[in-house]
Amino acid sequence: MAARSKLYLILAVVAAAIASHVLSGGAAPEIPALNAYYYDVLIGIGINIILAVGLNLVNGYTGQFSLGHAGFMAAGAYASSWLTLSYGYALGSSGFATTTIFLLALLMGGGIAALAGLIVGVPSLRLKGDYLAIVTLGFNEIIKGVIQNCDALGAQRGLGGMVQHTTFFWTFALAAVTVYVVVSLVNSTYGRGFLAVRDDEIAAEAMGINTTKYKVLAFVLGAFFAGIAGGLYAHFKQFIHPEGFNFMKSVDVVVMVILGGMGSTAGVCVAAVLLTILPELLRYVSRIEALPEWLRHIAENRMIIYSLLLIILMLTRPQGLFGAVNLRKKKA
Amino acid sequence: MADKLLELLQQIVNGLSQGAIYALIALGYTMVFGVLRFINFAHGDVYMLGAFVGFYLGPKALRLFSEGPSYPGAALVLLLAMALCAIIGIVIERLCYRPLRERPKLTVLITAIGVSLFLENAGQYVFGADPKSFPEVITDRALEIPESWGKISGLTITVSQVLVFGVTLFLMFGLSHIVRKTKLGMAMRALSFNPVAAQLMGINVDVVISFTFGLGSALAGAAGILTSIQQPSIDPLMGVNAGLKAFVAAVLGGIGNLQGAALGGLLIGLVEALVVGYVNPTYRDPIVFGVLILILLFKPTGLLGASEREKV
Repeated sequence: MAARSKLYLILAVVAAAIASHVLSGGAAPEIPALNAYYYDVLIGIGINIILAVGLNLVNGYTGQFSLGHAGFMAAGAYASSWLTLSYGYALGSSGFATTTIFLLALLMGGGIAALAGLIVGVPSLRLKGDYLAIVTLGFNEIIKGVIQNCDALGAQRGLGGMVQHTTFFWTFALAAVTVYVVVSLVNSTYGRGFLAVRDDEIAAEAMGINTTKYKVLAFVLGAFFAGIAGGLYAHFKQFIHPEGFNFMKSVDVVVMVILGGMGSTAGVCVAAVLLTILPELLRYVSRIEALPEWLRHIAENRMIIYSLLLIILMLTRPQGLFGAVNLRKKKA
Repeated sequence: MADKLLELLQQIVNGLSQGAIYALIALGYTMVFGVLRFINFAHGDVYMLGAFVGFYLGPKALRLFSEGPSYPGAALVLLLAMALCAIIGIVIERLCYRPLRERPKLTVLITAIGVSLFLENAGQYVFGADPKSFPEVITDRALEIPESWGKISGLTITVSQVLVFGVTLFLMFGLSHIVRKTKLGMAMRALSFNPVAAQLMGINVDVVISFTFGLGSALAGAAGILTSIQQPSIDPLMGVNAGLKAFVAAVLGGIGNLQGAALGGLLIGLVEALVVGYVNPTYRDPIVFGVLILILLFKPTGLLGASEREKV
């Protein structure tokens, strides 16, 4: 099993490299490079996969409920941007040197976010369900509030001027790594503890599983990946603003996890792709003049559709679209 | 020195009138939690709908009495908002929460978040996203405090602040009467104490839960009107922040406990006013959430809540 998933990882990274090469027009100059709009959507898909798969570890596999994923993303985005803005050329200005700094920045973004995850994870030891949701939401607001009051990070003005380091290759290679880490972790002997905590915390504890450790670990890892996603986002958009990491952004990620099916990495990846494309499709629909006015207005407001989707999904299929299907077949 | 004291008093007055609003909303959270053990995320948005009921029906209601603002008109607006919000609350429970009553808590929680997002965004679609100015239902002015009261005469207390505080107290006593003295109130308490035993005693759970939602939503609707009298700018997202603060208030007081919700609301209002007055307005929300996290860490049952042991 482990060998096979490693193979998948290598295949995915190679595929990302080739695709990146093709997209940049390097391999086949006759294929016009994708236009900027599609490229933007593609990178968005990669970043959302990292976010959603990371959150799935917390909400899906460990059965906690975090509503503050955007806060961790903000921590990562700001920490990595701070590093590249301050020390971007510390190793020289060659491509290799700046890429090294970029990767270090992503790592640091992930690290700072993981630290924030550790701080959020500690209250999660005592809280569950609704309370935990509110506390994580509160942490999201606190992280946002701290950034808004920190002049070195641009405060209310936002932070800009980052170099666009994020490429198709880095986004999808890191998305593949995220999927690989989460899938192998959850399927390992050690990682079964996450599922045990979700299925029955008291029974798990009685069986000698350190539930506290697993819950905190889930938070820290989920936050780490969110931090990386934040770093990628910051170095793609080249401008970040505290309001971009608000409650709504957290909800976006939560909807991906729920739609995909909590605890199904494959489903969550599909949902991340669908929900990144959906707003773009809706934007397109809202421009079709043959449609009635009210329908076009609703299409413009994707959150109406998201919220209805959530309610209907919970009423009819709470396991999510792909909840029953998993990446691998169940062993007999 | 005295000026500083006066300033402090002023902040306390402002904090209490805002806190009264939080307390009204928090009561709804706490009541629903009492009978269903879940947090109705959409509660803050019912409060927003209350304000919009006032916005659309207010001018018509006022015209029944006189041309300008009047107290009977304001009372009618308040009652209308409470009645409509009660209906909205009951409908939400019937459509979205009742089918899920036996399902895992997480399912209900996600549905509640969905309902909340739906109300906010449908609100933006129907009412428009831009802030609206609430009709003037009473003439607001600063009360004149006699000079003979000494330094206190420098305080600014408005009619609306007194009104908000008074109406809130009245509604709270009304609620307390309903919960303590009526049969439905007794059924509510029984359900919150032990749902299974309550059912065995012949309590109709559906009716009691609908009643609880109606009562809580009516209070939220009243809060929506009262807040709009003080700050006449309303928008479809006004319920998000107020709902969260009221939730913090409910947890601070001890969720499930009515007196606790009232106390928590006033305390949160005070904390906010003091942070705005003495620290920095931008720290208002982070500090309120910080209070929540500290409470949950050190006294998860809240100030007045009773602890509940989990049975295996």
